[in-house]
Amino acid sequence: MSSTRIEVLNLYKYMLKEAKKIPAYNFRNYALRRIKDSFRENKNIDDPDLISSCIAEARKNLDILRRQVVIASMYSTEKLVIEHIQPKES
Amino acid sequence: MYRYCKNICGVISRNQYVSNLFHCKYSTENKFNMHEKTFEGRPLYLDAQATTPMDPRVLDAMLPYMTAYYGNPHSRTHAYGWETEKAVEEARMKVARLIGADPKEIIFTSGATESNNIAVKGVARFYSSKKKHVITTQTEHKCVLDSCRILESEGFSVTYLPVNNKGIVSIEELERAITPETSLVSVMTVNNEIGVQQPIQEIGKLCKAKKVFFHTDAAQAIGKIPIDVQSMNIDLMSISGHKIYGPKGIGALYVRRRPRVRVEPIQSGGGQERGLRSGTLPAPLVVGLGEACWIAEKEMQYDHQWMVKLSSRLLDKIYGSLTHVIRNGDPNHSYPGCVNLSFAYVEGESLLMALKDVALSSGSACTSASLEPSYVLRAIGADEDLAHSSIRFGFGRFTTQEEVDYTAQRCIHHVKRLREMSPLWEMVQEGVDLKSIQWSQH
Repeated sequence: MSSTRIEVLNLYKYMLKEAKKIPAYNFRNYALRRIKDSFRENKNIDDPDLISSCIAEARKNLDILRRQVVIASMYSTEKLVIEHIQPKES
Repeated sequence: MYRYCKNICGVISRNQYVSNLFHCKYSTENKFNMHEKTFEGRPLYLDAQATTPMDPRVLDAMLPYMTAYYGNPHSRTHAYGWETEKAVEEARMKVARLIGADPKEIIFTSGATESNNIAVKGVARFYSSKKKHVITTQTEHKCVLDSCRILESEGFSVTYLPVNNKGIVSIEELERAITPETSLVSVMTVNNEIGVQQPIQEIGKLCKAKKVFFHTDAAQAIGKIPIDVQSMNIDLMSISGHKIYGPKGIGALYVRRRPRVRVEPIQSGGGQERGLRSGTLPAPLVVGLGEACWIAEKEMQYDHQWMVKLSSRLLDKIYGSLTHVIRNGDPNHSYPGCVNLSFAYVEGESLLMALKDVALSSGSACTSASLEPSYVLRAIGADEDLAHSSIRFGFGRFTTQEEVDYTAQRCIHHVKRLREMSPLWEMVQEGVDLKSIQWSQH
């Protein structure tokens, strides 16, 4: 396994892990959906420059996620009506 | 339904009608209780046309300018000013890039209302010595219509163009309305109540040919549909921050430089923003708007696909279970994130009351306090009763499929329940043509 591949997979794992911590239902679901779709969209990229720019962007987004999870957890609200009905999400 | 508490002549007697009402209200109480079920948790948010939640990425970009970098962007003598100015100019560039403009053509304002005021009043007043005529449409946002009213009191003449039953303005009619006296045409890009897209490209072309300035209120369109001020020949355009997942209290106005559009400023002061809008720029909000525009540019296609998916999901579910549902506005020329439906024989306000667990609106937030039916719906020729029974479903980037499913299910349930209570619905089921009834007032 190439080192880039390991790095991308790690980023994917870390981002999903962080996104799952977002307290707000809507932001959490969007983040999970967006991360999965982005990595899927870009999985066939061959251009090494493009790959490294995508990795840089993902790192930046991971940092944003980490900071925003901390902030959001300080100002969280009660759960949405839909979360009481279906406590388990995909 | 109490709106219809009038004697129905020739079909059923007053006594029968009252007994029907009584029956509905007291016989099966649980079934017809408005507060039938308490629910746990916060309501879902489906009112994206009123405002959108701020994207966490936008907040992340803004925070440094609310804490560490507090300089006045107009301070020229020290680093505090320079660093904030740099951020403001970067934001200006991001806004400009989203609409294909030059950064120098972007003026930051407090929001789309202020932008519309500056554009409509500013252009009309600047050219008032030669031209004293302004054209707009009947379905514009209140702030454009009210600015036009002010202009009328100042001696301008204003043409309020009608729209067809799909909500779209006719190019031929616009062409006929333009006179040598006309200085400005103001037509919104996407309507805030019914989501209809006006033929901006054609209007821009016509205005250019007739040498009339063209302003468009794009608060509901920016970042959602592709807009290019060059190819669409737009001279002035209003932008709002909080409709595109940005902060509230910030907006922008695009003012064309070549050929130059002159505007008389409304606010006097230090001459910031090319003298068109004096006052210190709120740097954190400006940075937020810039970030929101940049994200919108990157995500436009992705978000659009999601909107199409959600709106067709909602419509499929509702059309699949309910009859007599009318979609307001042209479905082929509208933004999919805004679905305005009229549920015949159900009052919109009653349905909104019943759907307490979903944040919805019967029209624009500005006019939802009044019980008057929406002027936009009346302009597209909706009957009074249908205008009263409309609900606007607004989706955003953060809306989930589960939320749409829940809303559709609740909506179908309550429409069915309210219709069962309605004597009108009963009459329709019996095959009575409601239009043939002569209503008399007592």
